[in-house]
Amino acid sequence: MTATDTIPGTAGRVLRREVIPPRGPWSAILKAGEVLTIVDVDGNQAVDFLAYDADDTANAYSAQTTLSAQGSVFLTTGSVLRTAEDDALLTVVATDVARHDTLGGACSKESNTLRYGHHTWSQHACADNFLAELAKYGMGKRDQVSNVNWFMNVPVDPDGALGIVDGISSPGLSVSLRAERDTLVVVSNCPQINNPCNGFNPSRAEMIITAPEETP
Amino acid sequence: MSIEVDAVEGTATTRGAREHARAQEGTVVEAQPAVPAWRRGSAPAGVEQERLVWVERLAGGNYTHKVLARGTHLRLTDLTGDASVSVLLYNALETHERLNVADTVKVQWQVYLGGGQLLLSDQGRVLASIVDDTSSHHDTVFGTSSLARNTGRYGDGTAHGASPAGRELFVLAGAKHGLGRRDIAPSVSFFQGVRVAEDGSGRWLGSAGAGATVTLRLEMPTVVLLANTAHPLDPREQYTCGPVDVHAWTGEATSPEDPLWTATPEGRRAFDNTADYLTARGIA
Repeated sequence: MTATDTIPGTAGRVLRREVIPPRGPWSAILKAGEVLTIVDVDGNQAVDFLAYDADDTANAYSAQTTLSAQGSVFLTTGSVLRTAEDDALLTVVATDVARHDTLGGACSKESNTLRYGHHTWSQHACADNFLAELAKYGMGKRDQVSNVNWFMNVPVDPDGALGIVDGISSPGLSVSLRAERDTLVVVSNCPQINNPCNGFNPSRAEMIITAPEETP
Repeated sequence: MSIEVDAVEGTATTRGAREHARAQEGTVVEAQPAVPAWRRGSAPAGVEQERLVWVERLAGGNYTHKVLARGTHLRLTDLTGDASVSVLLYNALETHERLNVADTVKVQWQVYLGGGQLLLSDQGRVLASIVDDTSSHHDTVFGTSSLARNTGRYGDGTAHGASPAGRELFVLAGAKHGLGRRDIAPSVSFFQGVRVAEDGSGRWLGSAGAGATVTLRLEMPTVVLLANTAHPLDPREQYTCGPVDVHAWTGEATSPEDPLWTATPEGRRAFDNTADYLTARGIA
């Protein structure tokens, strides 16, 4: 089996290929060297993303350590996702979208009550996807730390105003991440319907794990 | 300083060792707590002595921690202009509820911290509000330093070394409240500012100078962890971190009549959520 030629970053042997339905969770353990490609199938779909050292899950992705190391708030080609203890988890090896967010965090039922009002309380949210998926690994709320939002657009204005605005992605665009060590990734295909992060219409995300071709 | 040892016995006997130990009381050092605060601490202007619950001078490169009641006012003072105090807050009743930096900036539509802003938990509640701020040089983006970063920058980042990393100190502070490495989440830091350019690049601003203060009003019973370590973007070659004075005193949490309660719709709902939770718990 080979990867499709049309998706950059997926050269090599396809190990797993799945479409996450709108609003759903997903997770995988990547072996060092494997590449995870996330495809924004229908366009402008935020994909919320946690990552952990698979051998020591208390060593989790940290937006702050990642941003300190690169001196910039956007994730793009060459960005290295780091743990709070500065270990490299994943490198962005290709992206069709100029930048991705890691300041905005994940939506939750609780923060939705602040952002939009208590009428949103019954709506599903990323934090619940994360908690459901983390539970499969014996992990819990304490493990839900800072996350990446692939395909989400969060500009910072000169006065410090920041917010989730209309996306800059479109159907079929993708981002590819190479695991620098064995890494647990936990994903929420964002169910938010109260802001433009999913174009007000949660849609599909495709996850493709590839292994580099073995050299003969 | 050296302690005078009994010329005859020295510390070779239990009696001599005990006398040697007891003779050390009263040693004066630059950074230490005043215990109990209400008797030995010195109160900030306008605060009655008996209201003090925490008085401490925290050295650069060190940490401290305390559980504080709802309504407590916590003031940090940057004595030299070189303090950089990273702060983590946890609901003392359920420590898996904690400061959420992403929600704090996203819900309030503002990445730069200052007076009148709220420090929000992951459960949509207010852990603390910033009731006074003479610095406005703070950071929510870059967090605190790691062992690896400080080892690379200064040759050492261990808690026992000369240039401790903030995370190493937070792990120690948290352990004293039953918290582990997975509880040491993103922090906010006070007194060293940053700015983010349109292209996303971060710039270190430095401080507002000696004497700047930040005062937090705790809206819930809170575990407070403080790590005072060189800011990760501080470009100075030497690990630079000055002492900070910590004062806390009893007071009242924000009331619905306070203009802060209704300053923004997001904040009003956060205060409403907090009141709802604490009332159900029998606390407010």
